[in-house]
Amino acid sequence: MQQGGGGSKTDFDLKHIISIRDFERRDVDHLLDRAGEIDKGLYEKNSLEGRILALLFFEPSTRTRMSFETAMARLGGKTISVDCVEASSIVKGETLADTIRVVSGYADAIVLRHPKEGAARLASEFATVPVINAGDGAGQHPSQTLLDLYTIRQSMDLDRIDVGLLGDLRYGRTAHSLAYALSFYDATLHTIAPGGLELPANLVRELREMGTEVIEYQDIMDMIRDLDVLYVTRIQRERFPDSASYYSAALSYRITPEHLDGTRSSLILLHPLPRAGEIDPGVDSLPCARYFEQSRNGVPVRMAILQELME
Amino acid sequence: MKPDASHGLLISPIRDGTVIDHITAGEALNVLKILGITGSTTERLSIATNVASKKIGRKDVVKIENRELLKEEVDCIALIAPNARINIIRDYKVVRKKGVEIPLMLRGVVRCPNPGCITNTSEPIESKFKVLGNGLRCHYCDWVIRDHITDHII
Repeated sequence: MQQGGGGSKTDFDLKHIISIRDFERRDVDHLLDRAGEIDKGLYEKNSLEGRILALLFFEPSTRTRMSFETAMARLGGKTISVDCVEASSIVKGETLADTIRVVSGYADAIVLRHPKEGAARLASEFATVPVINAGDGAGQHPSQTLLDLYTIRQSMDLDRIDVGLLGDLRYGRTAHSLAYALSFYDATLHTIAPGGLELPANLVRELREMGTEVIEYQDIMDMIRDLDVLYVTRIQRERFPDSASYYSAALSYRITPEHLDGTRSSLILLHPLPRAGEIDPGVDSLPCARYFEQSRNGVPVRMAILQELME
Repeated sequence: MKPDASHGLLISPIRDGTVIDHITAGEALNVLKILGITGSTTERLSIATNVASKKIGRKDVVKIENRELLKEEVDCIALIAPNARINIIRDYKVVRKKGVEIPLMLRGVVRCPNPGCITNTSEPIESKFKVLGNGLRCHYCDWVIRDHITDHII
């Protein structure tokens, strides 16, 4: 048995993981430290033995769902889930509030993905066990943000870095959560998005009020050489009126090896995946491509979250 | 001798109830909306709008008979009528005077304008907004309302 070191554990007291807005910087740092220890094998293998995690996914998921399952299995716990929403009581008109109350009686924690913004906050008010938000509509996805930060921190200090956000920044919840979290670290945000898919004005205003510099661009080449991190998000076909305008936008925001000429040596390229053509496969073999590493990091980060909430 | 109609009272005193004075001119109907007092409720109301005021130039006044409003009820109106004064009347006398304070959280007063917000579904919850210095933030979806708050009153 390997026991985790003391880490920076002080008084992490979040009962649920709903929104990065609920965090203070020390909470983020604590979880990232803990994930780092877990990555080195410094954790008790059966610390969640006998505990059950419910996975309630009302929207499709591959990485988030599988990494929570893996994280729970590595800690000795079990997962239960609704495989198909169509076969559940949801189609009979059951409210989310009732579903959560029922599942609270079956499991020791709940991971929820839901199409409505604020669903996880609602769930936390009806649950008697911890709730972890695995994405609520265009809202928040805090465990993704933590693994994004963890991946950045593997390459550089998080303080005062230049981060580019590219893609669907309006509906892309991972970009919203990450932008907010980076404000804890005095990052400068460089954004570029197809027309109509820019970072929401309210969020930009709020980030600026918190002292974060947000610079908007029209052309990737105007910003890419100033970046330490380029965070690319999927441009979704359904946001465009027709296929032609989608392909036009998707092509103009596609990162190729040529874009990376002359960039900072520190630059790393992240993507929450799945990608839909935003990053040319020719980039995958370059040292700056960290998106598969980022995906793998979902496991230690989610193990840290589960340990923190369930132990 | 007939009384001079030009010097008559604009609205009569009430025996028991609540007088909300110094409402920002033009906001009386929104105040009633926030308080849940509609044409279909039973309270007897007197409303005066755009009355001359030494303090704020013009003001609205609302008198509600036989109902003493609670502090948490009237605090919700502070967002649109921050200078309002509440007078509780018993037997024609003012027995209590109070101002309004902006609450930290507004519950069930404003509908979230975000169509994707969980509060705009059939879930058994009321809307909740944190009161910011420059607007309201939905407790559930983080949507911020900065302007035209009265457009979103439930």
